[in-house]
Parts: sequence; C-alpha cells; structure tokens
Amino acid sequence: MAIESEVLVVGGGLAGITSAIAAAREGADVRLVCHKRTSLRQASGLIDGLGYVPSRTDPYAADEITQQRKDFRTVRTERGEYMGPLVSPFDGFDDLPGSHPYSIVGPEALREGFALFDEITGDMYRGSHTDRNALVPTFGGTIKPTARYPRAVEAGLASDSRPMAIIGFRSLTDFDARMVADSLELADVPFEVTGAEVEFAEAFRADTKITRLAKALDHDELIDGTPARTALAAAVDPHVGDAERVGFPALLGDDNTAEVRADLGERLGVDVFEIPMGPPSLLGLRLEDRLYDALDAAGVRFVTGNPVVDYETRANEPHRIDAVTVSHKGREVPYSAEQFVLATGGFVGKGLDSDRQKVREPVFGCHIPQPADRYDWFVDDAFGDHPYARFGVRPNESMQPLGPDGRSEFENLYAAGSVVGGADIAREKSASGVSLATALVAGRSAADSVR
Amino acid sequence: MSYSVVVIGGGATGTGTARDLAMRGFDVTLVERGNLTEGTTGRTHGHLHSGGRYAVSDQESAIDCMQENRILHRIAGHCIEDTGGLFVQLEGDSDEYFHKKLEGCADCGIPTEVISGEQARRQEPHLTKRVKRAIRVPDGAIDPFRLCVANAADAVDHGARVETHAEVVDLVVEDGRVTGVEIERKGPNYLGNGREGQTAVIEADYVVSATGAWASQIAEMADVDLEMAISKGAMVVTNVRQIDTVINRCLPKGDGDTIIPHETTVLLGANDDPVDDPDDYPEEQWEVDMMIDLASEMVPITAEARMIRAYWGVRPLYDPDPDSTKESGDVTRNYFVLDHAERDGIEGFSSIVGGKLTTYREMAESASDHVCDVLGVDADCRTHEEPLPGSSDISVLEDQMENFGLRSPIARRSTQRLGDRAADVLSTKEPNPTVCECEAVTRAEIQDAIDGVGADPNGIRLRTRASMGNCQGGLCSHRISAEIYPKHDAVTARDSLDQLYQERWKGQRHTLWGRQLSQAMLNHLLHATTMNHDADPAVGGPSVDYEAFDGGRTDSHTEEIHGD
Repeated sequence: MAIESEVLVVGGGLAGITSAIAAAREGADVRLVCHKRTSLRQASGLIDGLGYVPSRTDPYAADEITQQRKDFRTVRTERGEYMGPLVSPFDGFDDLPGSHPYSIVGPEALREGFALFDEITGDMYRGSHTDRNALVPTFGGTIKPTARYPRAVEAGLASDSRPMAIIGFRSLTDFDARMVADSLELADVPFEVTGAEVEFAEAFRADTKITRLAKALDHDELIDGTPARTALAAAVDPHVGDAERVGFPALLGDDNTAEVRADLGERLGVDVFEIPMGPPSLLGLRLEDRLYDALDAAGVRFVTGNPVVDYETRANEPHRIDAVTVSHKGREVPYSAEQFVLATGGFVGKGLDSDRQKVREPVFGCHIPQPADRYDWFVDDAFGDHPYARFGVRPNESMQPLGPDGRSEFENLYAAGSVVGGADIAREKSASGVSLATALVAGRSAADSVR
Repeated sequence: MSYSVVVIGGGATGTGTARDLAMRGFDVTLVERGNLTEGTTGRTHGHLHSGGRYAVSDQESAIDCMQENRILHRIAGHCIEDTGGLFVQLEGDSDEYFHKKLEGCADCGIPTEVISGEQARRQEPHLTKRVKRAIRVPDGAIDPFRLCVANAADAVDHGARVETHAEVVDLVVEDGRVTGVEIERKGPNYLGNGREGQTAVIEADYVVSATGAWASQIAEMADVDLEMAISKGAMVVTNVRQIDTVINRCLPKGDGDTIIPHETTVLLGANDDPVDDPDDYPEEQWEVDMMIDLASEMVPITAEARMIRAYWGVRPLYDPDPDSTKESGDVTRNYFVLDHAERDGIEGFSSIVGGKLTTYREMAESASDHVCDVLGVDADCRTHEEPLPGSSDISVLEDQMENFGLRSPIARRSTQRLGDRAADVLSTKEPNPTVCECEAVTRAEIQDAIDGVGADPNGIRLRTRASMGNCQGGLCSHRISAEIYPKHDAVTARDSLDQLYQERWKGQRHTLWGRQLSQAMLNHLLHATTMNHDADPAVGGPSVDYEAFDGGRTDSHTEEIHGD
C-alpha cells in the first residue's frame, strides 16, 4: 500500500524544506522524504543572495592541458573580471545570463524566498531590514557579501567602524586570528582590527571536536575546576584592548548560544560575534535545527534517513510520475503523490552523480546539459569559471526540469536548489538565494497543480 | 684546500651526488630551481625495483637495481616499504615470456618464487580470477621525497650548501672551461639570502649536471649538444589501498601495467611516450583512462575506485645508440656519466643522465668517482655504508609510537614519516593538533617542515604529505597557510595558500568524476563561498566600498536573550 500525499518533496536541505513549506502554505498536503538531512553542516550558515557576477569564459576555448607550470600569481591576474561586490543582490540580475535560475524566476521570486526565510527563522537571522548586502569577515581573512546573516554574526559586519579584536584558539587549526586581522587590514576594512591566539581548548584532549567545545560553553562546564565561560573570558580579556567587538570562531555554544554570547560580552564589556566556519559548521547546524522545527510547524510530515531509489509511472502516462520508491532499510516502499519536487542537491548533496563518461541526475534521470568530453567540465584556474560548478537540470519558469528537446520531462515534477543548473553559486555567492528562489517557485507550482 | 663543486639538480641523483661529494670532503653547493624533488624524482611511481621489470630486456639495469635495492634497505630503511612484488600472468598471457622472465631474474641474481594463481589471490584477494600464476620478486615502495630530503640533510651535515629555488640561467664558460653557474632566485617564498629575480654567480672547480630530463637545456648553456630521449608517463592515484603488494603484469610490453601501494593510496601507471620539452607536454585523457583500464585488468576493483588525482613524470632517458632503438619503451634504463671534456672539449663539467630512482645512489657514486678522477682526489665512496638521517636506528620507531601525546594512528603515520627524527620533531610543549586529517600530519611536523623550507607550501607538502590525501587540500590548505604565519607575514602566508590550492587543483582535473567531483565541489564551496578567496580584495580581487553596505541594525548593540 503506497504512502500518499498531494505533494512529495524529495530532499531535506534548505531548498527541500523551503519548497515543502511554500507548498503547505498554499494549502497542499505535503510530505518530505530524504536520505540525509541538509548539507548545512558544510555551509557557513550565511544566506547569500548574489554577491558578484563573475565574467564567464568559453570552456571550449581552453588550451590543451600541459605540464607547463603556471605561477599562481599569473593565474590570479588572468582570472576574469568580477562585477561586485554587489551592494544589493538585485543589482546583478540584469547581468546574469538567460540560463541562470535568477533570470528564469525573476527578482520577485528571490524577494519572496527571502521573506519566507525571514518568517521561518524569525529573530535568529538579520538583514531583512534592507535590500543591501552585508559584508561578513570570513575565517579566510577576507570579507564576503551576504543577504541574511545569523544574529550571532551581526556585530562583526565590516561596514561597522567600531574597532575589532579577533580571537583564535591555539589548539584549533582552521585559522590564526593574528593572520585574519592582518588580512582584513590588507582588505582595507574601515576599522582597527587586532588578533590574538589564546589558550582555552587545551584543557580538552587533542583534536577535540568543535561541537564538544560548544557544548562545554553551552552548559558552562567546569574545566580544571573553572567554569568554561569564566576560563574563556579570562583568557581573552588581556587581548581586548580598545576593541568594542570581539570575534570568535563559531563555536560559542549550540542550544544556548545567545546566552553564551551575552555572558561573554558582559564579562569582556564588548559585543561578541562569531565568524562563520567550515565543516562542522555550527551556524549551519543551528539553522538546520530551526528549519526542521519550521517544517514540523507547517504540518509537513517528513521521514529522513531513507534514500529515494527509483520512481514509477503508469503504463499509459510515461511523462507523469506516479510514485517514488523509498528504500527503508532495504525494503522498498512506494510514496505516491500528485506532484513531486526534486530538491536532492548538487554534487555535494548527491543530487548529481557522475562517472568517467557522464553526469546524471540519479532519481528521475533528468537531462543534465553537459559537454561530452569530461575535460571540458573544468578550467585550469581552480577559481575559474568551471562548467561543472554550473551543472544541473535546466528548468522552465515553473521550475519543471526540461529534456534535451526543451519540453518538460515530467508533467508533475519541479526542481529546486542545487540540483538546478545554470548558477555559478560558489563564485557568485548565490547558493542560498538560488535555493530559496527556486524552492519558492517549485513549491508553489507543485501546490497550484494539485488537482 | 678542498675543491669546490656545484651540483645542479635537487632530485635523487643530485642530492645523492651532493651527499657523496660532501662526505668525500668536497666543498659542495647544490642548486635546484624549485623544491627538492620537483623534477622527475617527485613524479615517479616510487617503485623500488628488484630489477625484475628489466630482467629480460635490459639486464645491465636489472643487475644494478637488485644491488641497489639491497643497499637502500641498509641505508634508507625509513623511506622504504617492503611490500614485495608480483609479476602476474593472466589467462592468455604468454607462457614463453613467463619463463624468460624467470630465467632473466636468475641471470641477474634476482630471487624469485613461482606461486599459483590461487596463492596469488590469497596474498592479494582483489587480483582478478584470471590470474594463472605469478612470480614473487623483492620489489617495494620507496618514498622519493623522504629519500631526497634525507640525502640533502646529510649533505648539509657534511658541510654542503643546498640552494633551492635557485635556477641555473647560465654556465660561466672561460677558455673552454666551466668555472661556475649563474643562478636566479625563483618564487615568492624563497628561503635564504636574496630575493625573487636576483641573480648570483657561484664559482666552482667543477660542475655536475644531475638535471636528468633537463640535461640538454643545461648542456646547451655551455654550447654542448646533448640529446636526451625523454619520455612521459602518467600515474593515477586512488584513495585507498586496494592492494599491499607491487603488482606488475608479466608481459613483454611494459606500458602502464604496474600498481604500487604507497602510504594510504595506490598508484597506477605508467605509459611511456616520447616528449620534446620536459616542461611543456600534453597531459592527456587517454593516458588516464588507459592507466585505469590496464590496472583493472589485473585488479578489477580499481575501475570502481575513487581516483584522487593524476600526475605525470618525465623519464631522464639517454640513448647512446639512437639509430638502433625503435620505440621509447626500448631505450635503456642504464645511466651514463658524460664527461664533456672528453666528449665535447669543455672542461670542468659533466652530466649524469639516464638511470632509475632505484639506482640513484650508484649514479651518484659514479658521478662522484668521476669528479675525483678529474680533480685527482683520492677519496672513497661511503654512501653504501652510512645510513641516511632518519634511518640510522629504525628499531626505535616502534617504541616511539605512543610517546608524543598523539592518538595512535596519527603517531604511527608521523613516526613512519620521520624515522628516528620523530623524537626531535614531535617533542613540543605547545598544543599539537592535527592539521591535515587525511594524511595525519600534526602541527609539529608542519612547523618542522616550515623551518626547513620556509613558506613554500609545496616544499611543506613534499616533506609531510599534508594535502596529499582525499580532500586534496580542500580542508587543510588554509590551515597550512595559517601555520606559516607568523614565521612569515600574512601576505606570504596568503600567497602560499593560493600556490598550494592551485597546485592541488592541477592534478585533480584529471580525476573529476564520481566522489572526487563531489569533493571538488565541496572544496570550491568552502574556499570560494565560505572564505571568498576567489574575490579577495587583499590579493587583487575587486575593491570594496564598505560604506555602501549593510552595517547591521542600529538597535543591534543591545541584545536580547531568548534562545536562538
């Protein structure tokens, strides 16, 4: 007996959850199924809209690959022009190619996507008061434009002129706070910035996970007899100097992070902020928790941990999906629905798969436009205009994946998020915005088509 | 007064020659245009040959290989993994050649043992069911980086100077005699005296070119015509060890049919195709595909394996008799000391060409003997007796495993890499977190490498293996950069990141499918999206008008607390 719903969303990341909530708000009966939850553990937790429009290059014009060495400085200077950083994400829309999802769905979809995100996250995120991007210091020592940022990040914005101190921990290797401070100065930030490396995490055993440190601060655990926050404040205090705001790697608590931040701020007499980090990203994990709470509140039933392995059609309707097959510990269960949303992610989320010959979309086998030769999937600059970074399904304005003939592959399938191609999300700083805008359209289109 | 000798080339032969000459009392300066091992040595298969591979076609090389194999076990134990090797005969492969191989090995003093297909599969369960039988030979894996660094370090201990990032741009020739070399400092992170672009002349009583595939270019600086028969080979790196033994195909044409376990990886390779320029030759898709296809004939699961990168090397072959050689694969692996006084009428200069990584020490000995002959110095070679630094007491390794407060798999990897230097390097009062998780490299080891090579990230990589695992620097290149600071300033450390990240990308381009393509996208998102390194205004990215952007909500400085 098939499990039924009106709309079934495949994929549990930012795009899957947003499209499910968008569909539920249109009154549809929605279910979500996914293998893994989000890939937000790998993401910074910032919600980018559009930060740059990098120039595109013709991959077919690329030279033959040779052993010839190229100085990294030459590679840097030969990188195409970037338009930006864009003061507002909407400033760049007109300069995007027609195949970009933003060009397909239009600026209103991004606005509404942001509005839905703002509603879901409430006071946890900031940035909704303006169309302008904010510049957030990165742990790589530069700044990046983003549209929405966790409240934990706010006091660190680079357009704020208050003097800043950045704190690193000797036992963490991801950055050296002194180098981040020097690098921010090289980026001409409009404030004084100093960096200091302190001993704090040394009390834990070598290679302690960031999540473990966050818990210790959450619960103010005793470290060698001293409460964790007291110990941290004491270690940092001598380095505050004239700074009015102090940045830490994002590990200041998990469940009680606002309290940890406020507590440290009070002890140090400054505003405390977090610097978004790579995996495991606590800012990303905190957002994941919030998104699942919202999914639940929207009345969407969901099941995680089970991959979708196949789909079924009726004999007389090959272009209409009847059900997807979900593997429950080896047992295959059909989930039938009227409308389906594909939000399985890109290469990282495994919504795209590849071998030496071909890139595929593994669930429905949707068409992925791609050069036939895998040596045309990339360019020689690691930060160049890689075709692979833009791979994904090609959608119409309702976000229906299109086949090679330009017609929709299935009459009841919509795509959202990184499985959608055409955006250079990494270099544009547009990943979350593309997810939100496409998810909003896909979720609504799916709900509107429910018979 | 001792004679001064300049050795050109920081590969195995060059560092080996520098060590040998320094031990014999010469005043030695080694110059290398890049890092140690940056040429052919760092781009080999890391195959410690028994000689079995050449036992039919090139017996002189085979005999040398077996002799040197034994010597290297004595002097360079910490660079060797004794994997043993198999020549496998698959169904359909020639019986006649199998017997020739056995006879050839016997002629060359290479111990062999014939085992059944079943025995071979018991030893290596992933071998194809098509294996009929196999010949066991004493092949192994050798780490060329460790080997070169140890040779260079010992040369320095014997009074030599080692100048890396010092490219020879000219030979000083006076009255038909080479009297020195002119060098130019290369690279932004040169460690030592001088600055990028500076030139200097180093005078010498004698100059040895140990530049292998680049020997013609150096010889030409003295108007010496030296034609090399260089050939390229591709090697593809998998992410796990599917096998623990060196696997060779027992066929006459050896083209890409050797699989070698190395550390956590397996290397598939290598083809043998002639090229003209050792610095500029095509890296081609068919080569990568061929390596995978040939390897999977012997070990089928390699076809499904995750490939993390591919790299190419160029063999420094020299053909004394080019008219009689038909194909690149037939060029002898023998080595030659070319005395340019005798050969070309240019005094004070010789080139050592040809040979294998396995025979580097013997090559160095021959080159050094020649220098002694010419300069009339009576000093014996001792490099076959004196262990290299790190290898003098391998037995201490096991005892040291648990001694450095490192979790044991990390300690094991560190002590294997460092040999008997482990205690010196890893004893630190500072926190010693892991910087590269894939290869289990801790801060102390990175810092030791930085002390040795400066801010050169590829030098650090070669010494420690950091960034050479699955993630190809995605998760650690920025950490290595952070370790370089504050010994070097933020600009230098930032440049090192770009340098390493781009270098790692170079090899990954060839294996961008499946999980490695997912990894590449993850790396791209971390470095471009999260860190915004592609558009960094500090290194030439677009400049920023800070005032125009959102500075935060004006009421934000008084925070409320209600559980976010």
